[in-house]
Amino acid sequence: MTATAEAPAATEIGKDRRRKEDQRLLTGRTRWTDNLTLPGMLHLAMVRSPHAHATIASIDTSAARNATNVVAVVTGQDIADTQGVMINAWPITPDQKAPAHPPMAVDRVAFAGEVVAVVIARSAAEARDAAELVDVQFDELPAVLDLQEAAKDTVLAHPDLETNKSAFWRFDSAEAGTGGNVDEAIEKARADGIVIEREIDQQRLIPAFMEPRSVVVDPTGEQITIWSSTQIPHIVRFALAATTGVAESKIRVVAPDVGGGFGGKLAVTPEEWITFAVARRVQKPVKYTETRSESLQSAHHGRAQHQRLTLAATKDGRVTGLKVELIADLGAYVALVGGGIPLLGAFMYNAIYKFPAYRFDCQTVFTNKTFTDAYRGAGRPEATYAVERLMDELASEVGVDPLEIRQRNWITHEEFPFTTVAGMTYDSGNYEAATAKAKEMFGYDDLRAEQRQRRDAGDRVQLGIGVSTFTEMCGLAPSRVLGSLDYGAGGWDHAGIRMLATGKVEVVVGVSPHGQGHETAFSQIVADRLGVAFDDVEVLHGDTQISHKGMDTYGSRSLVVGAEAVVRAADKVIEKAKPIAAHLLEANVDDVEFAAGRFGVKGTDQGMGIADVALATFAAHNYPEGIEPNIDAESTYDPVNFSFPHGTHLCAMEVDTETGQTTMRRYVCVDDIGTIINPLIVGGQVHGGLVQGIAQALWEEAVYDESGTLVSGSFVDYLLPTSADTISFETGHTTSPSSYTMLGTKGVGEAGTIASTPAVVNAIVDALRHLGVNDVRMPCTPERVWKAIHSAGSGGATEGAAMPHFDEAEPGQPSTEGAGQ
Amino acid sequence: MTKISLTVDGAQVSDDVEPRMLLVQYLREKLGKTGTVIGCDTSNCGACTVHLDGRSVKSCNVLAVQADGHEVTTIEGLARNGELHPVQEAFRECHGLQCGFCTPGMIMQSVDLLNENPHPTEAEVRVGLEGNLCRCTGYHNIVKSVLYAAEHSGEKAGVQ
Repeated sequence: MTATAEAPAATEIGKDRRRKEDQRLLTGRTRWTDNLTLPGMLHLAMVRSPHAHATIASIDTSAARNATNVVAVVTGQDIADTQGVMINAWPITPDQKAPAHPPMAVDRVAFAGEVVAVVIARSAAEARDAAELVDVQFDELPAVLDLQEAAKDTVLAHPDLETNKSAFWRFDSAEAGTGGNVDEAIEKARADGIVIEREIDQQRLIPAFMEPRSVVVDPTGEQITIWSSTQIPHIVRFALAATTGVAESKIRVVAPDVGGGFGGKLAVTPEEWITFAVARRVQKPVKYTETRSESLQSAHHGRAQHQRLTLAATKDGRVTGLKVELIADLGAYVALVGGGIPLLGAFMYNAIYKFPAYRFDCQTVFTNKTFTDAYRGAGRPEATYAVERLMDELASEVGVDPLEIRQRNWITHEEFPFTTVAGMTYDSGNYEAATAKAKEMFGYDDLRAEQRQRRDAGDRVQLGIGVSTFTEMCGLAPSRVLGSLDYGAGGWDHAGIRMLATGKVEVVVGVSPHGQGHETAFSQIVADRLGVAFDDVEVLHGDTQISHKGMDTYGSRSLVVGAEAVVRAADKVIEKAKPIAAHLLEANVDDVEFAAGRFGVKGTDQGMGIADVALATFAAHNYPEGIEPNIDAESTYDPVNFSFPHGTHLCAMEVDTETGQTTMRRYVCVDDIGTIINPLIVGGQVHGGLVQGIAQALWEEAVYDESGTLVSGSFVDYLLPTSADTISFETGHTTSPSSYTMLGTKGVGEAGTIASTPAVVNAIVDALRHLGVNDVRMPCTPERVWKAIHSAGSGGATEGAAMPHFDEAEPGQPSTEGAGQ
Repeated sequence: MTKISLTVDGAQVSDDVEPRMLLVQYLREKLGKTGTVIGCDTSNCGACTVHLDGRSVKSCNVLAVQADGHEVTTIEGLARNGELHPVQEAFRECHGLQCGFCTPGMIMQSVDLLNENPHPTEAEVRVGLEGNLCRCTGYHNIVKSVLYAAEHSGEKAGVQ
């Protein structure tokens, strides 16, 4: 009757299913936004400011307009009233200062790369040629580029604001009642304990997804359709409606195949807004696809923080307090989540440890650089790096192994649930187990012995072992918590399940994948829950006309929030199908139970499959009075808490003390991410995450020159790691399921990135500590490592980070290396 | 405009093209071979890698007119009769792709690598794929895929 494969028992979860997504992607049968071509489609080329800060004196578009096949040239003045505005969804304080951010600059530009005009032509090549002919006269203004300089308000990024300071946000455990007074703890430690003080630069990074952003807008239908290479089609739709006056019901946003995001496509972009405005103006389908240089220059950047850290401890290495003073570089504007990114780290500085006192101060500042926003980990990598570097320094002060110092401070597995000094309640975890397993896989004791031996022998190439025992918070987020933090939206997600007459199951999800493999993992979950075949499940997403409701994909939330909605929708399907099955089986509904895809009558061999119920419901010839002939269901799930994955990462680095060259020898990680749905996909997430974190430690940095030009503006200069730079990893897991999710999952998308950066730098410092090195600034290039060795301290540009005290009269000097950082 | 005639994925094609048109633009815009993608403008990323007369080239680094009279194979021409090429199969088996954007170029380069060296070491694979960037996988499973293809399909992995 129905064309379905045989229904299996609940065995899909935990299976290393090969991905459903792959067949298309492997054969080039893909729907990247730039692949789309519509009848009569026109192409856009942006004219961008070469200056970091300038007023627009004049724009002469006549030569461009007269070029062959150019349809129009549009400036900010032309669309000032219709283009909408770029929104900030998270004003972190009620008095946050923020300049208006028009998609296209109207009279002033605040970073190099800001769009000042757009050329619309019949081909992309002709549009680009004509863009060269647009003559823009700028009057340059002084630009502020360094975030510490910006905090001094000497040069203003936005003169009208009269300050570069956007918002100041504090968490204080004494005020919150979650812990003691950190100043008292530090004072006590200065008198009779250990105080570790460090300044750390979290260099600016670029997400650098492989697919450049592209947007196509078709205004010719009743709805305006936008295809965009985005992580957040639902949020784009809302924000377009909210800022352009076009009714939300007249806007359809589609995220087709999306080639990576890493937070970089968690964005509403000026380019999307401009393309939308142009399409409405010319009433033709239009396409804009950025070049890689445009992407690196104008798609948002990440990290870009300066951290001042003070850790207080007893002489035997028990931490008594941590004070964090942060300056975060917003760049030129407060982006969608911009100012909130450091706050996502605010609750993670205490990490897995029982710190009794904690204070986090964050000052966000404007500079005349590309605006910053989420990049994989978003706030949590910075926090984890800071605390894991500090724990290694504390171990060195006390004279014990870095793992020993962690053990003296971490929450033991008997202590869960544990409410931290930052006010978070960790429900589950086992730091001892993950660490023990990682040590064994790594051969920790043997490598320590080799390290000693090479140190004693005075080898030119020294060995260092780096530790990172991280935790993070995933699953953004309980809506009420977001509300209490002044975030502009909720953190729920939505799913629907449609039971088709032919036995196929359509799962509509509000999360929006871009490489994660949702179609596979969610199929496994539904197959188990409904007892249907994996291949009978179709997962639909990324189109607001199909998936009308959702909060999209970021913050490792798809499984811990999105899939929880799927599970609940599946349970509703079963509940709706049960009375129909009972009716058809001529049994009392209380006597019918559901297991492995089949409704059975207790104590008999009578029963029917869920696909048969779906078909009978479709026919609707015979169903109980008083109910609808429908077993489809939807669910909106609002998480009750964050989830807290953790893990122990161990890294062995070899450092050539003569050249400063570093080589990774081993990397072992044991992650506890709760229940694993698909180990193959989890492995991929971990590997990719690791390399992005390792890349911050060793290679990547967005470098600006003194006039505010991004000099690492191509893949020649921005050092994305290659296969030849990296190694294969040894990964393992321990499992303590999350008690907050029905599936027990915790999230894995960002874990590798959050954990790996400090493991690598700790290893480099560990290799060189006997030479007097106690810090190396990131990225740890051979030059910086060499300087650190030869300046007997932290060396070179990291000197500011090694200041013994934070004297109010003598603040840490901004470093000069890495031009403009 | 210059007239060019070439073979792409086994089919004879002929067009008038601007002399400045890149091979990748020709494939995507004129032939609709959108399986081959563009990831950068400096020939660093390798996403656009195709085979020209059986050797891998970055098609952003070749003019369409240079392909005149030659044979081009793209990712769309690799699978035969609905059956994945052994290297495509290996990428599926070993989860050598996530978002899939670098995948066409990565696979075309891997096939070329195995043509040259059917039994590479891990280090040789890593050096051989150096010109192709991936941001999702950390290369771990890509390297594994190529080694898997070498192991499981012997000499066939490199054969088109």
